[in-house]
Order: sequence, then C-alpha cells, then structure tokens
Amino acid sequence: MTSDAVIVKGLTKVFNKNLVAVDHVDFTVKEGEIFGFLGPNGAGKTTTINMLITVLRPTEGSATVCGHDIMKDANSVRDCIGVVPQEYTADEDLTGFENVILCADLYGIPRDESKKRAEELLELVELTKFKDKQVATYSGGMRRRLELACGLINRPHVFFLDEPTLGLDVQTRAASWNYIKLLKKEYSMTIFMTTHYLEEADMLCDRVAIIDNGKIIAMGTPNDLKEGLGGDIMTLDIKDGDADVSDIIRKVPRVKEVKKQDGTYRIKVEDGEETAPLIIEAVRTEGHKVTRLSLTKPTLDEVYLEYTGKSMREEEASKEAFRAQRITMRRARGQSTRGGHP
Amino acid sequence: MTKNNNSKNPLHGLWALTNRDLKKWYKNPVILLLGIIQPIIWMGLLGKAMNLGNMFTSFSPTLPSTIPQPIQDQIKLAMSDLSKQAMLSIFGTKDYFSYMAVGMMSFIVMFTAMFSGMSIVWDRRLGFLNKALSTPVARGSILMAKVFSAVIRALVQATIVLGIAYVFGLSVGADFTPLNMIGVYAALFLISIGLSSIFILIAIRSTKQETQMAVVNLLNLPLMFASNALFSTSLMPDWLQTIAKINPVTYATDATRQLILYSINMQQLLFDFAYLGVFAAVFTTIGIVLSWRYLSK
Repeated sequence: MTSDAVIVKGLTKVFNKNLVAVDHVDFTVKEGEIFGFLGPNGAGKTTTINMLITVLRPTEGSATVCGHDIMKDANSVRDCIGVVPQEYTADEDLTGFENVILCADLYGIPRDESKKRAEELLELVELTKFKDKQVATYSGGMRRRLELACGLINRPHVFFLDEPTLGLDVQTRAASWNYIKLLKKEYSMTIFMTTHYLEEADMLCDRVAIIDNGKIIAMGTPNDLKEGLGGDIMTLDIKDGDADVSDIIRKVPRVKEVKKQDGTYRIKVEDGEETAPLIIEAVRTEGHKVTRLSLTKPTLDEVYLEYTGKSMREEEASKEAFRAQRITMRRARGQSTRGGHP
Repeated sequence: MTKNNNSKNPLHGLWALTNRDLKKWYKNPVILLLGIIQPIIWMGLLGKAMNLGNMFTSFSPTLPSTIPQPIQDQIKLAMSDLSKQAMLSIFGTKDYFSYMAVGMMSFIVMFTAMFSGMSIVWDRRLGFLNKALSTPVARGSILMAKVFSAVIRALVQATIVLGIAYVFGLSVGADFTPLNMIGVYAALFLISIGLSSIFILIAIRSTKQETQMAVVNLLNLPLMFASNALFSTSLMPDWLQTIAKINPVTYATDATRQLILYSINMQQLLFDFAYLGVFAAVFTTIGIVLSWRYLSK
C-alpha cells in the first residue's frame, strides 16, 4: 500500500459548545510506522484517538484510517483497527481466554478461527498459563498484556494504543515496550500511540507529535526535534534570586538563548562543556554567585519544555477522566475494584 | 491484512455481549440469591403476615348472647359467605396470598429491568463501552444485549419466585394447565423487554450510577403501587386508576393472573397482550434508533 495509514485534516472536537478539546489538528501517520502523540493529561490525546477509532464524532474536520473515512465509512474503519484503551476494559468476572473470545465475537470472527487466534495471541503475550484464571486475579502488567491480545484479535492494520503503560511500575513499563516492539515486528502494523511519558515516546516512536491544549505544536522524529533545539540545555541558579543576570549570560559566546523561569535560568548553548565555565566566570565578575549548574543533552523533555514553555505537568483533567484514571491506577496496583452489578 | 468478509451476520456479537452479562450473574450465585430474597420478604410480609384477605375471612363477630345459637351460626355463615364474595369481587380470588404472589412475578421483572440501566453506566465508566463501540458490532446490538440479558435474568427469577410461592401455598386456578405457562412467559417477556429498554435508554448517556439509583428510587414505588400488582385497582381513587390503566405492569400482572389464577377472559387477555406488545415494540424501536445516535458522545 502506498497511501498513508492515517490522514487527519482539521480535526476538531468541541465539548458542550465551549470546551475545545482538539483544535484543528492535521497530521498523517505513514504506513508501518509507530507514531506517538505526546502531551500532558487533558491535552486532547484521548479525544483525538476516540475520534479516529469512531467512538467520538468530530465537531469539524475529517480523517481517514486505512483509506476509509471515519464518519462516512465508520464500519470499515472499525474492521481494520485494533484498540487498546487507556482503561482496563477486560471483564474481571471472566477468564483471560473468555475475554479474548468475547472481543473476537465483537468482530464476528468464527469460533474455530477465534479460538486458534486467541491461543496464539495469549502465547505471544505470555498469558497462556493464566488464560483460564479470572481477570480479577491478574496484576496490572498482565491486564495490559491481555488488552494487547484483545486488541489484536482481528489482525488490525492500524493499532491504536492509548497510554499503554499508564499506572505501571518501571519494570513492567519496560517489558510493555518490548511487547509493543515485538508486535510491530511480528505483525508489521502501523501503530498510533499516545503517552505522557517522554522516554516512552523517545524509545518507541518513529515520529512524534507534541500536542498541548488541543493543538499540535511540534512534529517530527524524536531526533529531529531534539536537534531542532540546536544545542545543549543548561540550567543555572544564582544566590541572589531577585537579580536578573540574563543579559550578562547572553553576552557569553555560543550562548543562543536565555530564559528565566521561577528564578532558574534555562540557557541554550552550543558545546555546553566548554561554555559552562565561561558563563560562571561572567556571572561572578558581575558580583553574583552561582549556586547550582546542570548541563543536559537535549531529551524530548527539553523539546517539550521548549515548545510549551512549561514542563510536563499533571494538569487536572476533567473530573470524570480523573476518576476513570484512578480506577485504572488502583487496578494496576492489583487492588480489585469490583464493579457492582446489582 | 484484514480479511473480514462482508457476509457476516449483522447480529454478530449480540449473543456474546448478552452472555457476558449473564455470566457475571450466574457465576455469582450470591447476586442471584439476593435478587430473589426481596420478593420472598414481600410474600412473607404482605402475603402472609399482613394478609389483606384475612381482614375479610378471619373476621368473626361476637354476637350478643341473647341471640339464639342456631341464628348466630346462620349469621356467621352468612358473614363468611359475604367476605368470600367481597374477596372474589375485589381480587378475583378468595386467596390474597396467591393474588399477590403472582403480582410478585411482575415485581421481580420490574426490578431487574430497573437495574439493567446500571450495567451500561458501569460499562461506560470502565471503558468497556468505548471498546465495544470501536468494533464493528452493531450499535443496536450493544443496547439489545443489555435488554436481553435483563429479560433472561428476569424470567429465570420470576420462575424461581413462582416456584417458591407454590411451595408457600399458592393455589392455581381450576382452569390452569401447564400450557398456560407459555402465555405467562410471553407476558413477562414483553413487559421485561419494554421496561428494560426504557431504563437502559435513561442510562444511555449517563456516567453516574448515582443518577440511575435516584431514577430507580423515584420510579419503583409508583410503578409498583399504581398498578394491580399488590392491590386491586377497583379499590383505588379515580386518578390512581387512570395511572394504573397506563402502567404496563398492570397488564402484565392481569395477563399472568388470568393465566395462573382466574378463568380466562379471552377478550381481556388479548387486550393485555396487545398493550404489552405495543409497549415492548415501541420502546425497543426507540432504543435501537437512539443507540445509533446517542451511544457515542
């Protein structure tokens, strides 16, 4: 196939007539790549995904997935995508195997075929041993893997992962990354994922888009974005927090940019190692004392900071999303929250 | 890569989703048990302890001793005869327990339907609904699966209630044949499908089970008491009779009573079924139509 897997044009979602969750977003996801949607909570990542997976109707704009229009031909889109939502959607009262079969039934896959695929996928995510155990007994990592297996049951062409490692501990998160890489290799799919973990995007994605307040503010390969910063990042504190030494620092050679944020200077420099002593010297000759200096090679963190002017914050999402997230987190920690069915 | 044929059954997934809800229920006998305890309590309290019929039948007046014994016996006999007539004319049977026990079948069907809306709220909150919506399963199937699982649960529970009532002394009418049970199930099926559709529709956009609880609390007493489930509508004031005449629970209860307790009045029974049929058809149609529009936000 030559066409792009996902083409998005001017996609917009307005909730309750005034809350703009996604604001005229344009991007394309190429065939076979892992595309990351990066942004803080409440930036519009999940809203975008929900529109692409035909769960949410866009207010404006259009998109195609596998060449099908998400509004006019929603059922064809649904046939060719797999979805792993942010929440744990597997049914706690059913076994892992029953859950995968349930997903297969939703796609109308005949039973003999679905059984074969379920076994194969559970093997792939290493849950074969636990397939006949109730999901209520699963750990957070196991649940995530089960979600992956469910999402893959229809052999999707484009695979949507919404915050695939939310609420997992560091080791389990690393293991999940390996699964995602393995899946991509095994099934040569196009993967669209959202995350607010920068290192995750850096590690997995071929290309990322940074989204904030519903708008895409930067897009490219993680390396391009980092190089786009044009140098190393230095942060510096001086003893007298009220004084402003920005202009002094700017005069130092190879300093490209100085920003003062909350009493800390963020300085973009070339050849950080050589420039650092010069800056300390310059500041000292003006009678200020440097109390702390750090130098970092650019990461997506810096890219993020550069474009949004703020570090990745846990912005308060809508109450509802927060509640759902809390349930997910709690489940991830292995405490079962029983959904009461009267 | 996707070789999903287009010839697949448009109803695919309907049974899978229905069965998902049913599994939660039959795999957890406690829920099943708790569900039928309530009608048993009602049968014990209203049907046995505070039996309305006893007001008429147990009443035995103490007459002045100046009246000779044979006349006293005559009077008592006449009184007892009168009270039986009163029971018959008001409840259509001499036995109030049987009367209300059959009403309890409508009661349990009603309660199961009312709570069916809760499970769609849970599915929305836990993300399962979104996941189902991202698959090619028909939107109407998502809704109808909820309805059908409620219907099946309701019919099983109604059967258990009937069985328990029989053990406690429900006496079936003289014309009763096991074949009548087909009619009983048909009536309960129709009321159940209609009521479940209504309550699932109320829940279709909701994310709060608190709202659902409030709705259930608000509606259960009027639906229950503004009907003939426990009392005869002939004892009610006019305005309440009017409500009872609209209330589909009245028609389901009347149909089941005719089939189990009374001798059948064919015209009335056909009207009951017609009313229930229209009620069920209208609300399932509304449900399916609206699910296309409103299941996704």
